Amino acid sequence: MSFKIYVPRDSAAVALGADEVAAALLAQAQQRGLEMDLVRNSSRGLFWLEPLVEVQTPAGRVAYGPVTAEDVTGLLDAQFHTGADHRLKQGLVDEIPYLKQQERLTFARMGVTDPLSLADYEAHAGFAGLRRALTLDASVVVQQVLDSGLRGRGGAAFPAGIKWKTVAAAQAAQKYVVCNADEGDSGTYSDRMTLEGDPFMLIEGMTIAAIATGATQGYVYIRSEYPHAVATMREAIDKATAAGFLGADILQSGKTFHLEVRKAAGAYVCGEETAMLESMEGKRGVVRAKPPIPALQGLFGQPTVINNVITLASVPIILARGADFYKHYGVGRSHGTLPFQLTGNVKRGGLIEKAFGVTLRQLMFDFGGGSASGRPIKAVQVGGPLGAYVPECYWDLPLDYEAYAAVGITVGHGGIVVHDDTADLSRLARYAMEFCAIESCGKCTPCRIGSTRGVEVMDRLKNGDHQAEVLLRDLCDTMLHGSLCALGGMTSNPVLSALNYYPQDFGLAASVAKVV
Amino acid sequence: MLTETTRQTVQHLVAAQKHVPGALLPILHDIQDALGYIPAQALGNIAQALNLSRAEVHGVVSFYHFFRHEPAAAQVVQICRAEACQSMGAEALWAHACSRLQTQGGTSADGAVTLEPVYCLGLCSSSPAMVVDDKLHARVDADKFDRLVAAAGSAA
Ligand SMILES: Cc1cc2nc3c(=O)[nH]c(=O)nc-3n(C[C@H](O)[C@H](O)[C@H](O)COP(=O)(O)O)c2cc1C
Ligand code: SF4
Ligand code: FES
Repeated sequence: MSFKIYVPRDSAAVALGADEVAAALLAQAQQRGLEMDLVRNSSRGLFWLEPLVEVQTPAGRVAYGPVTAEDVTGLLDAQFHTGADHRLKQGLVDEIPYLKQQERLTFARMGVTDPLSLADYEAHAGFAGLRRALTLDASVVVQQVLDSGLRGRGGAAFPAGIKWKTVAAAQAAQKYVVCNADEGDSGTYSDRMTLEGDPFMLIEGMTIAAIATGATQGYVYIRSEYPHAVATMREAIDKATAAGFLGADILQSGKTFHLEVRKAAGAYVCGEETAMLESMEGKRGVVRAKPPIPALQGLFGQPTVINNVITLASVPIILARGADFYKHYGVGRSHGTLPFQLTGNVKRGGLIEKAFGVTLRQLMFDFGGGSASGRPIKAVQVGGPLGAYVPECYWDLPLDYEAYAAVGITVGHGGIVVHDDTADLSRLARYAMEFCAIESCGKCTPCRIGSTRGVEVMDRLKNGDHQAEVLLRDLCDTMLHGSLCALGGMTSNPVLSALNYYPQDFGLAASVAKVV
Repeated sequence: MLTETTRQTVQHLVAAQKHVPGALLPILHDIQDALGYIPAQALGNIAQALNLSRAEVHGVVSFYHFFRHEPAAAQVVQICRAEACQSMGAEALWAHACSRLQTQGGTSADGAVTLEPVYCLGLCSSSPAMVVDDKLHARVDADKFDRLVAAAGSAA
């Protein structure tokens, strides 16, 4: 009898030896005369257990992890392929509390299916949203997205439906849908996991966006640091096109949508949507002044929907299950779920999809189990390199765009980077300023020059010149108010939060601390 | 001067994509994939084919961190230095790599290894992370670094 086994192909599992585990399993099964059906699934996002190997048993899938190639002999000796006991056994995968306590909508298939199998995708509710969208009037599709309350997941949290409505109403011979898969923020990988682990979901979401707005050409702009994502996405597009889900006559509907991958080239600022458009047009990724907004004059001057991977990937379930189903999740004006990415110095780092309203403390301790080093957690950076360092007094705040904004924190793309008490916040703040200096597109002075001066001023402060604090605050203020885009504008977030909440790291007395 | 085969490769790659909307980035990627870098002497050919000035093409190539201006060594090691990796010791790992490979970043004096920083590989939950010759590695410490680099070096 053949046994079915799953070994993830997600980059993070591969980086921990998943390919070697798969090879060892195949070789040993053959040696032992065991018939094995090996599926390369995507990752469940439980990275402290990766590579997480699952075996199909009558009771459900049983998980073993973290598995190395050296463990394979012992696992087979113990008959793990029947679900037998072993020191790496984690029990039924669906019963692992870390997973069970999540609310997986967009990540429901993650780790379950073979990412490049169309049959698997359809067997797990795939293309239900697209099929429904094809039965509706385009304006109804837009209305569904509006009613769902879905806001952009790439950072600015702008309502997706309003953007779509603008593009739909624009008159033009050619419109585009562009997916922003630049994901440059440290501490984020949910876009990467989607591109590698459930690419048809993104294709489906983009196709729905195209139908809703009248676009016939789409691009996925993927960062060059993600070669596996680029390859998987290209393969998925070819398969979807061959099967009639993309191309000239989508599912015999008469609708057309062509999709292509464009590889970025390692500039952080190209995640900013107008810089991304410049880059796609073959130019330097310099930010454009708005207006005109890309919804009216975007790629090659034409009306363009630009959304983040997770925004677009959230659309199929909204169409399939209805706007109300999605809107019901969340708190306040933050509807739906967010795949939070718990990273850095934490025991159980991983992807946690939860409705808005969960707290940092729940994520870091209930899910994450506290710091990896066993030392106290000192600071948490939320929302990428331009996000604030969040001190403990805010760890019980519900994660909600408005509640966070009220105390000067950005939720951003949902990246959470944990630092223990060995972290030097003055060094991290300097890093943020230097990052801005290196990645500045150069268009405006506060960002281009200010960030370089900022690094110098911080060095003076570090060397005991306390007057430099005033200068630094002044400079941050200028960058905040004088920059054209959020790269220069938001660098003050990490810098000022470090200065305000951790003044001792700058050699300043705690009493000097000005809490904003 | 480019060798005749290199010149032909460039010309062929440019011709294959020049009619694609926004062709420059895809062309530059193809050239770097084929040659390992973007030769300065190729800029003129590209500019001509796309009806751009050489300065414009140079401006694009130099704007993007991904494009190399000269070939890398046979072995390329990239270490992530972004925040999540820093929180798990990436700076110490970078320092270790510098002393091991005897470079401050860039190609080592003996020309054997190119060491480069990267800013996030999307492996932030299993940090620190690095790349050795296109292969990803996570949860890297000094010992693992030494093993991986030695193994890659002997395989090369
Ligand atoms: C410096 C900078 C970098 C950005 N990087 C990204 C990115 O990597 N991915 C992304 O989706 N949005 C990024 N954004 C936000 C985009 O400009 C834009 O708001 C977003 O792609 C719109 O999609 P959404 O509405 O679905 O979020 C960045 C913005 C700035 C200012
Ligand atoms: S703030 Fe910086 S990155 Fe943004 S437009 Fe100005 S110079 Fe460019
Ligand atoms: S910060 Fe190093 S992999 Fe993301």
